[in-house]
Amino acid sequence: MSETITWLSAHALQVFLVALVVLFFIVLAISPRGAWSYARVATLLIVGTVMMLPFVWLVCAAFKDKTVMNEFTFLPPPGKISSETVNLNNYRTLFEAKPSVKGPVVFWQYIVNSVFLAAAGTFISLVFSSMGGYALAKYRFRGRTAIVTFMLASVTIPGVVLLAPNFEVIWRLGWMDTYRALLIPGCVSVFGIFLFRQAMIGVPDDLIEAGRIDGCGEFRIYLTLIMPLVRPMIGAFCLISFLGAWNSFIAPNIYLQTQSKLTLPVVLNQYIGEYAQQYGVFLAGTLLAIIPPAVLFFSLQREFISGLTSGAVKQ
Amino acid sequence: MTTAGPVGNISQTPRMIASDLTVRAHPSGGGGWNRRARTAPYLFLIPYFLVTLVFFLYPLIYATILAFYQTNGPTSRAFVGLNNFRFVLSDPDFHTALWNTTVFAFFSIFLQLPLSLALALMLNVRSARLKSFFRLAIFAPNLVGQVFVGILFTMLFAPRYGLINKMLHALVGKGLEMNWLQDPSLVMPALIICSLWMYVGFNMIYFLAALQNVDQSLVEAAKIDGAGPWNIFRSVTVPAIMPVATFVVITSTVGSFQLFELPYILLQGFGPRNSGMTVVGYLYNFAFDTGDLGTGAAVGWLLTFIILIISLVQLRLSGTMRNDR
Repeated sequence: MSETITWLSAHALQVFLVALVVLFFIVLAISPRGAWSYARVATLLIVGTVMMLPFVWLVCAAFKDKTVMNEFTFLPPPGKISSETVNLNNYRTLFEAKPSVKGPVVFWQYIVNSVFLAAAGTFISLVFSSMGGYALAKYRFRGRTAIVTFMLASVTIPGVVLLAPNFEVIWRLGWMDTYRALLIPGCVSVFGIFLFRQAMIGVPDDLIEAGRIDGCGEFRIYLTLIMPLVRPMIGAFCLISFLGAWNSFIAPNIYLQTQSKLTLPVVLNQYIGEYAQQYGVFLAGTLLAIIPPAVLFFSLQREFISGLTSGAVKQ
Repeated sequence: MTTAGPVGNISQTPRMIASDLTVRAHPSGGGGWNRRARTAPYLFLIPYFLVTLVFFLYPLIYATILAFYQTNGPTSRAFVGLNNFRFVLSDPDFHTALWNTTVFAFFSIFLQLPLSLALALMLNVRSARLKSFFRLAIFAPNLVGQVFVGILFTMLFAPRYGLINKMLHALVGKGLEMNWLQDPSLVMPALIICSLWMYVGFNMIYFLAALQNVDQSLVEAAKIDGAGPWNIFRSVTVPAIMPVATFVVITSTVGSFQLFELPYILLQGFGPRNSGMTVVGYLYNFAFDTGDLGTGAAVGWLLTFIILIISLVQLRLSGTMRNDR
């Protein structure tokens, strides 16, 4: 029995390839028949596996003890799994309080910061972008065409051009090292305005008229009549916006200085140098950092893809 | 824009009647929104106007002015005319950055996009279960931001212990000692592999959406006429997905030219002999490491110019503009 396990661990890759072939035939059995569907499914399986491998590796590395980190590619063979080799030590080190100039900081702080910034940024941007989208979709007013043209032109200018002057604006406003510097410049997105404009253009005018006859104010019509109708788009926009805020690095890296205000991307980047000899620690942190977007994505997958492609593919 | 046609004019009249009715029904006013349906759109757009004014329009004008000044941090400056542009254009580091970025963009378009299209073609089948499963698996890396991908791949690329070298060793029998992130000749391949993993699924989603919109009756008609798979692909599928393909090509070029975070994290800087320096990295280095915001702004304008030219050339090549005329 133990010999079998030793053999298995020594030939992990070969075993893995055989398993892949077996899986291939299983998928074949449920896939439509056709001359080249075999080759297609095989290719897709290989590509899918390659795409997933870094994630599998990351999960393994996060729970491996530092003493066996380099010894095994993924997890140790079943015979060698124990609390000595697979444990939560990386997370224990990660969550230890670390001294900084302004007192000790615990890793929780960064998670809270990131969640707060991404959630608040998404919410503000959702309100303001959908308001803008509604104005452009359902009102005819002087200057509308000019505004739309200006918006389209403004997205062609790469954000980095504005990086240096925006730094000065933030500095002059006295917003350095505050969350205002991150939340306010991004509180309306042209992309969001267009996304909502496209979704709301299809809402029948009669509905708005009915709302007006019932005595609803314009803002109440937007909030209670229109917004519930574009719920799929809200899901898509929230996810895209959340992902952007969660993964953003340049702005927090430039504007934030106090250690306890930093976000996950900035801190994990610091840890690459700090834990160079013990890389399980920052990989454990990275695993934590990619969980929230993954959870959101799984719950909003369909909306997300339709939102992503709605600008490019005309229905 | 099509809604500005006759439909819009018809809906104009009942709206005015409606607001009259509302006013009559609520003599006390009923809130400013009711009476001022005309001002409502401007009020809805106020956040956009404010943010655009302070964080787009003003910085944009300021960037133009700043590009002609030499600055040292946000406080001190001196007018230098075109010197910033002259300096940047003759700086060997900028040439390296521009070359690296161009190579990266080249592989994004000529390696990554064909692979995305191929994957989309393979996934464009009727079996929904198969499709959604693989779509998820291939798209998943895109959920992880460039920073986290960079952190993950610093370890995957590690010599001897890294997963990538171990895989190469097991498959080809060598490569265990390849030092991807320290060897100047391997830095660019490492970046390309990394971005391939990250973005191939992202572009595939667009191609897949376009393929699903291809008119099936055209495909059937072509089959009846005796066209083979290659002919159907060339004369039915390609023209149908051309608008989306143009969109994807332009967005990936623009994205490639703005590459920064991935190499910056992966190499913890710009890599050996600046082999991982990109144009935005060069800009970042000037503006925030040496405090020379003026040169940073000049680089920003040069980059805008480059991106604009490339996008226009691509639009022209794809024929999108010709169709509009």
